[in-house]
Amino acid sequence: MSNGMGLGGPAVESAIEAHGLGKRYRRGWALKDCSFRLPTGRICGLVGPNGAGKTTLLGIAANLLEPTEGTLRVFGAAPESAEANRRGAFLAQEKPLFRRFTVEETLRMGRELNPGWDQKAAEDIVRAGNVPLGAKIGTLSGGQRTRVAFALAFGKRPDLLLLDEPMSDLDPLVRHELMGTLMAEAAEHGTTVLMSSHMLTELENVCDYLVVIAAGGLRLAGEVDELLAAHTLLTGAKAGEGLPRDITRHTVVESRVSGRQVNALVRPDGPIDGAWQTDTPNLEELLLAYLRVPDAPPLISPSAQVTDRAGKAVAA
Amino acid sequence: MEFRIDRRSGVAAYQQIVQQTKQALRLGVLLPGDRLPTAKEVSQTCAVNPNTTLKAYRELEREGLVEPRPGLGTFVRRSLARPQAGADSPLRTELAGWMDRAREAGLEREDVTALVASVLEERYAGSTVAAANAEALGTPGARSTGE
Repeated sequence: MSNGMGLGGPAVESAIEAHGLGKRYRRGWALKDCSFRLPTGRICGLVGPNGAGKTTLLGIAANLLEPTEGTLRVFGAAPESAEANRRGAFLAQEKPLFRRFTVEETLRMGRELNPGWDQKAAEDIVRAGNVPLGAKIGTLSGGQRTRVAFALAFGKRPDLLLLDEPMSDLDPLVRHELMGTLMAEAAEHGTTVLMSSHMLTELENVCDYLVVIAAGGLRLAGEVDELLAAHTLLTGAKAGEGLPRDITRHTVVESRVSGRQVNALVRPDGPIDGAWQTDTPNLEELLLAYLRVPDAPPLISPSAQVTDRAGKAVAA
Repeated sequence: MEFRIDRRSGVAAYQQIVQQTKQALRLGVLLPGDRLPTAKEVSQTCAVNPNTTLKAYRELEREGLVEPRPGLGTFVRRSLARPQAGADSPLRTELAGWMDRAREAGLEREDVTALVASVLEERYAGSTVAAANAEALGTPGARSTGE
C-alpha cells in the first residue's frame, strides 16, 4: 500500500483504495477496471445512474461481495479483515434490521457486537425522532426504521461510513436533520463518508469529494472544487457548420447546438479564444453532463489517483 | 448568529457564509470578541459539509476579520461598520442622486442592477475575485489532503 512514503505519493492515508476493481454477475460486468483512492476525512458522493455499479462498489467495501478481479482496501486492510470490519460501518439501502427486535434490543445488539459502541450517540438519534425504545422494529414506519439503522451505524463510531441511498425514504425535514447529524458527526470525529445518492442538489453542499461511475466504469473522481474548476461552460454563437474550432481544441464533455447558439461543457486545454461567455458549472450541471454522456473522457484528480508498486500513477 | 444557506442561489455555500458574516459585521450584529458558530454547529443546523465552514473562516481570517483561538473557536477581530458608507455619508447621497437620474432616464430596476454590477466588476476587478479563484483551485487546508 502506498502511504505517502514514495516521492510525490499521497500524503494522506487512504480510507479506500481500489486497484483495477471489477465485478461480474451472470448478466455481465457491473463494475469494470475501477481504480481510485478516497483520502481519509472526506465526505464523498458516489453518483451514477441506476445499475451503474454503486451498490456493488459499496458492497465490496463492506465485505458483502467479493470482487471478480482487482482489489479494494479499507484503511490499507482487506475488507474481510477484523481491522476493516471494526473501522467501517455500512448502511444498506433496504436498512436490514430484525423486525421482531425492539429498538432497545437493536441498540443492545450494536453494543454487544461493537467494542467502541457509543450508546449516547445512538440513543440521541433515536430520541430526536421520538421513536419509542420499546417498540418492535416491524411496527415502525419506513422513516423511523431508517433512523434506527442510522443510530446503529453511528453508534459504532466508525472511521468509514458507507451509506447506500441513505435518505431516499425520508421526508424533507428528517432528511435535513439526519444530514445535519451526519455532517456534525464528520466534523467532530473526522469520519470518512462514502454515500451514494441520486439527489444531486443535496450533494452540492454536503460532499467535498466525488466518485462518479457510469456503465460500470469510473467517470470522475476527486475533490469537488478541483473537478468544478477543471471545467468551463461556454455559451456563444456559431458561424459555420459543426462545432467551432474554439471549442473542439479543448476536451469537450458535452455540447448542444440550438439554432445559432452553442452550449458546451469543456475541460479547457489552454486559454479560451473567441467571444464566448464562460461560466464555472455547478455540481449538478457537471454531474448531469457526465451522466448524459457516458463515453465522455474520464477525469481523475491527482488526490484520487492510485499508484502502482513502482510509484507511477495508474490511469483509471 | 446563525447562517442561512440558500441551495438555489448559485452562490457557493462557503461564500454565502463569508457574505453573511461580513453583512453581520457591517450591521453590528457581530462585534469584535464575538465567537462564530463552530463548524460542527453550522453542519448540524444547515446540513453542510464542515469544510465549507472552515473554508469560509479561513477566508475571513485571511482578510483579518476573524482569528482562530485553538480549542476555543473562531473570534471576530474587527468590525466592518464603516462611517464612509453610513446612512448620511456623501457617497451614499451621491449614489442616491445617480439612481434618481437613472430612473428619470427610464432605466428599469434590472437595467440599474446590470449597470452597477458591470461597473463594479470593472472597477473592483481582481480584488476579491483573485482570492476566491485561488481558493477554488483547491488550496490545501485543515481537513484537505495537503498534497
